[in-house]
Order: sequence, then C-alpha cells, then structure tokens
Amino acid sequence: MRKQLSNWGNYPVLTCEESSFSQEEQLKQYVDTHDHIIARGNGRCYGDASLGEHSVSTLRYDKALLFDVETGDFECQAGMTLDQVLEITVPKGWFLPVTPGTKFITVGGAVASDVHGKNHHAEGSFSNHIIRMDVLTGKGLITCSRDNNSDLYWATCGGMGLTGIITSVRFRLKKIATAYIRQKQIKAENLDEILRLFDEHAHYTYSMAWIDCLQKGKAFGRSILIVGEHATPGELNHKQGRDPLVLPPKMKLTVPFNLPSFALNNFSVKAFNALYYGKNYKKVMEGVVPYEPFFYPLDAIHHWNRGYGRDGFVQYQFVLPIDRKEGLTAILRAISDKGWGSFLAVLKVFGKQDDLISFPMEGYTLALDFPVRKGLFPFLDELDALVLQYGGRLYLTKDARMQQEVFWKSYPNAAKFMDIVRTYNPGGKFRSVQSDRLLLTPQ
Amino acid sequence: MTPTVLILGATSDMAVAIARRYAAGNYAIQLAARKPEQLYALQQDLHIRSGAAVTTHAFDALDFDSHHTFYHQLPVKPDVVICVFGYLGSQETGQQNWQEASRILHTNYTGAVSVLNVVAEDMAARRSGAIVGISSVAGERGRMSNYLYGSAKAGFTAYLSGLRNRLFHAGVHVMSVQPGFVYTRMTEDLTLPPLLTARPEDVAKDIFKAVIAKKNVIYTKWFWRYIMFIIRSIPEFIFKKMKL
Ligand SMILES: Cc1cc2nc3c(=O)[nH]c(=O)nc-3n(C[C@H](O)[C@H](O)[C@H](O)COP(=O)(O)OP(=O)(O)OC[C@H]3O[C@@H](n4cnc5c(N)ncnc54)[C@H](O)[C@@H]3O)c2cc1C
Repeated sequence: MRKQLSNWGNYPVLTCEESSFSQEEQLKQYVDTHDHIIARGNGRCYGDASLGEHSVSTLRYDKALLFDVETGDFECQAGMTLDQVLEITVPKGWFLPVTPGTKFITVGGAVASDVHGKNHHAEGSFSNHIIRMDVLTGKGLITCSRDNNSDLYWATCGGMGLTGIITSVRFRLKKIATAYIRQKQIKAENLDEILRLFDEHAHYTYSMAWIDCLQKGKAFGRSILIVGEHATPGELNHKQGRDPLVLPPKMKLTVPFNLPSFALNNFSVKAFNALYYGKNYKKVMEGVVPYEPFFYPLDAIHHWNRGYGRDGFVQYQFVLPIDRKEGLTAILRAISDKGWGSFLAVLKVFGKQDDLISFPMEGYTLALDFPVRKGLFPFLDELDALVLQYGGRLYLTKDARMQQEVFWKSYPNAAKFMDIVRTYNPGGKFRSVQSDRLLLTPQ
Repeated sequence: MTPTVLILGATSDMAVAIARRYAAGNYAIQLAARKPEQLYALQQDLHIRSGAAVTTHAFDALDFDSHHTFYHQLPVKPDVVICVFGYLGSQETGQQNWQEASRILHTNYTGAVSVLNVVAEDMAARRSGAIVGISSVAGERGRMSNYLYGSAKAGFTAYLSGLRNRLFHAGVHVMSVQPGFVYTRMTEDLTLPPLLTARPEDVAKDIFKAVIAKKNVIYTKWFWRYIMFIIRSIPEFIFKKMKL
C-alpha cells in the first residue's frame, strides 16, 4: 500500500509503497515481481536512503539463528534490531563489537551504512567484525565474506542497500565481564583543548565529545570529552556487583507529538547548552554507569526527533582528514557566525578507513542537527564547499540533500563501487531516492 | 517439570510474539504450521533467546481428517494450547467466489473447531490444561467490509464460550482473546489508527498474563471492550445505514 514515509529526520516525507516479509520465499517472490526496490530497516537513517518506490521493511525478518557463547559468533536475520541482540547476548557476557548512538537500528542497516561507534579509532566500523552474510542480489541469493564473493562483500558494507537486500549476517561479538562502563568526562574550554584531550585519551576504547557550537571568542568550541572502558567486576559498587551482567530497570520518557518549531531556536539551544556546561560542573568527573546511558543517551527519550517540529531536520555529519583540523575551525566558525544552532554536536576521532565506500577515514568527524527552514539548504551547500576544500566528505546515511558532485568528488572509490553494483544489481532493480539523486543507480 | 505450550499456526506475527513470550516464561514450545520447514528460524530464535526446548510439527487447519493424528502424535501433551491461525482473505472476492468464501469460513471456524475438539477431549480426560482461542472483535457485529471473516470469528467466539462452559466442570480453562487492530503482515495494507492499534508483543504479553489469571475473555488493547460495547449498542436501523 502507498503511504507517507520518512526516516528519523522527518525530512523528506515521500509517498512510497511499504511491504514486509517474514519468510525468505516471500522476499524472493517480491523481488522477482517488482522493480525499484530498496531495503528499509528501522528508518534510523536521517534522510532518504531507505525511501523509494518500493521500500521493503525487514523488521519482521528478525530471528536469531546462531549464538556460540564460547566464541561469541552471532548470526541473525537482517531485521533484528541491536537492542534485541543486546538483550540476548549481554546476560551471557557478550557485547556488540561496534554500536552507533542508538540501539534501535537493524543489523542489516548497520552493515549497509557500515556504522561506526565511539571506538572507531580502536576497533573500526561494524563490517570489520562480520564473518559472513547472505545478500539477495539481482542475481539471486549469494553468500559472501572477505574470502568468498569478496567484491560483493566489500560493496555491500556501506553500500546503502544498492547491491540488494542483506538477509542474514554472522558477526563476532566482544567479550565483557559486566554490563557497566567506567566513564570519565572532562570539560574543555575551547576547540584546541578538546583536540588535545582527544590525543591524550587516545588509549581509551571509547571516546566522543559534545560541542557547544554557538560560542564565540575564547569559549569557541567549548566541549565535554567522554571516554570509557567496559568495567571489570572489581570496579562495580556493591549493588551493581550483585548481578554484573544485568542492568537495573529504567524509566522511559517520550515526546508524544511534534513540538512547535519555535520551541527550538537559538535561545532554547543556548539555554540547553548553558545548562549542559553549567558552572558547577566539575572539570573531571568519573563514575561507573550502565552501558545504556553511556552508548545510547538519547534512546531514553523516545521520539526526541519530534522535538524539531513538523518540518523535520537534517543531520549534517562530515569527516575531515587528520591533518586538516583547521577545517573544523572554519566550519564551526561558519556555523556560529550564522547562528544556525544545533542541539547536538558530536565530535569523534576516526581511525583508518575500513573499506570501499564506508564513510570513516582517519580524521575528525562532526555531526550537527539543523531544523529544516528557509535558507538552510543554501547554507549547507556553503558548508559542503568547505568540507570539499579540506578534503573531507559527508555521511550518506544521514544525507538528504547533498549534490551529486559533492559525493563524486569526495568518495575516491565511487567508480569502483559502482562497477560492482552494476554486476549484482543489473538494470538498477535496487534503488532509492538517494541513489537516484546521487547518480548511484545503475542504468 | 517445564510446562509445554502448543501454538497452532506458528508462522504468523502474532504467533511469533506469543512463542517468544512463553519461551521467556520458561515453557517448552511446540510450533505447528502448514510448512514446518518455515519454522526453523523461529525454532533457533526461541532456543537462543531462552534455551527453551522447541519442536516443530506439520499442521494444516483445513485438513480436518489429520487433526486427531496430529495431536496424538505430539511427543508431549501440552499444558496450554493456543489457536492462533486465521485467514483474513478478501471480502470482495469471497462475495463472488465460493472458494475464497469457504477458505475464510473453514480456516477461521471449522478448522479451529475440528482441532480444538480433539484437544478438548484430551484435556477433559486429563482434567487439566488451558485452551486459548484468538478470535476477533470483527466477530461481534457484522460489517459490510468483512462479514465473511467476522461471521466465522463470531462462530468461533460462540464455540469458545460453550467450550468454556463445558470444560469448566472438568477443570480445564478456556480463554477467548478479542484483539482489535494489530500491526501484522496480515494488516499491513490497511490504514490503522495508531492509538487503537496494538503490537503483536502487546497481545502476547496480555495473553500470557491472562492465562495465569484464568481470565475468560480478554480484549486487547483493553479499551476495545468498551468500543465494542458501543458498536454493539447501535440500533440495527441506524447501523445498517452506516458504511462500515
Ligand atoms: C539517534 C541516532 C544516533 C545515531 N548514531 C550513529 C552513530 O553513532 N554512528 C553511525 O554510524 N550511525 C549512527 N546513526 C545512523 C544509523 O546507525 C544508520 O542510519 C543505520 O543504517 C540505520 O539503520 P536502520 O536499520 O534504521 O536502517 P534504515 O535507516 O532503514 O536504512 C539505512 C540504509 O541501510 C539500508 N538497509 C537497511 N537494511 C538493509 C538490508 N537488510 N539490506 C540492505 N540494505 C539495507 C537502507 O537501504 C538504507 O540505505 C544514528 C542514528 C540515530 C537516529
């Protein structure tokens, strides 16, 4: 049935036909009889990557297929969400090798976007931990891995669903002794200090920083660095230690409807940031916290995306090479000059690039939210020019508006990627609004 | 000893959610469906999630003659039997085409009666057990848009209430479930009002709790009881003029 669909940013809203499957035959039959198909997981990409004429939801294809509690090998159908994986594996002492900032994404979505976490500099992105996977391509169901049909494998990791529909994934989990994180938060006065702090804390497995983008002058780039390690049983307090692999029950908050757009303006963003960086916040704070608030601070507020109002928002995430950090200053300055406030500005440091078409490259990445309003897109085009000038690129899974040339100039392996896509997706059976926009749909 | 639940029609979304809820409640699970090879993934899933013992069985609601053998060949006699299968079909096709109409009637009514008759005899003899039938609020008043399905479910609802009456005296509990709108593959082509629509997991949770509490009839979500009360109270001379 045709309906209005949108992803996490609530922009764009498009009319698509969405259908689902719970058996492989149903999917095969659908793919045989339809064109213009794109896989859709939980719609947590922000823009138009999983929207198309026929969006095929994987959410009902969500069974666990294998869990070896000795080795940590885990296999599931691609529609299983990360929170389901955690629910099964954490009590047995295993954790996701890589997780993004929300656990409400599917395993298929994690592969197709090749998601990164706070540990990219240390452990790479999600695909770094895949053992094998099955993909329903335009040429049928194909099993692939680094050694077997490796061209399909590399083009599927980060390939935004353009090689076909990933049906199952086997990957390796990470051993943990507790469900807690030993975390340290350090306040930085400005951009120079935060970058220095990142360097000093590079030995931590997990790190990221919140930046207040609206500050000028001496406080330009003031931020909080958050680093962490999985806690050992000895680091837990008495209450936590009683059941080290089980988290205490939590409360759920929810934003019940779209807030009017005036709720988020420079004033409220400033107020939020001021609270966050409040005066009585100590320079360094340490503690042992459950893994949930550490990895998924926003998941506790369901539908926080509605806070941006009806017109939705876009997330702008770019990466700059490690030796071009002056670009960060230039871009942040452009933002604070224009006063385009962002609640969430997240800064991370990436390690080496993982594969063909993945977003991460060694360098700095910044993610910012901008509510959609008049003048935003021309402004973002200006930012794109800066990103290109400093040798960076944008994250496809968060994109809803980049121009073709920006993509083709900034992803050096794009042509190679397209050659492989053409092999497995002849005629462009699998295509999204995004792939049409960026000239990534094979003809 | 671990109790066992038998789920009839185990490939549907509702059945998957029910099976997961019972697995989490430490039940051994028997999954029955027309194509048991389609149950492999669910079997793995349940086992991985909870360590539950899970077996799969071939069962065809429309093959009435096979029901006796099917039930008596189960490796263990179940403590709880949940009849989940159903067929929505197409009202419009069914109006013109008896094949579709009879499939709707026989799946939702005759097939359910046929297999539950067998289960009832066994439980009555054992003087223990619980039978859960998933009917539908569509069975409470015929509407032009789905009265074939609705009438079969109405028959099923009446069957369950009679069975409850009879088996009460044998110490066997019978529960009817009246779901309103539920997000499943069966309903994905309908526009459902979000506030009135339940997720399969919600229905499963309700059922698990209500069986323990020995409830007779449950509505899920709960306010459907009141919605249906109002719908049943509309006088026929008005109701027939509405296009529902
Ligand atoms: C609050 C929040 C925080 C986030 N933090 C991070 C972060 O820290 N790091 C990061 O990397 N990302 C982050 N993301 C982005 C998110 O991880 C990715 O967009 C992810 O791909 C979403 O997965 P999904 O299951 O919702 O898929 P969708 O959003 O539905 O789809 C995303 C893409 O994957 C494709 N796809 C989905 N399933 C399949 C399949 N089975 N086969 C083939 N292709 C498929 C789609 O076609 C589409 O191109 C965040 C998102 C949110 C909302």
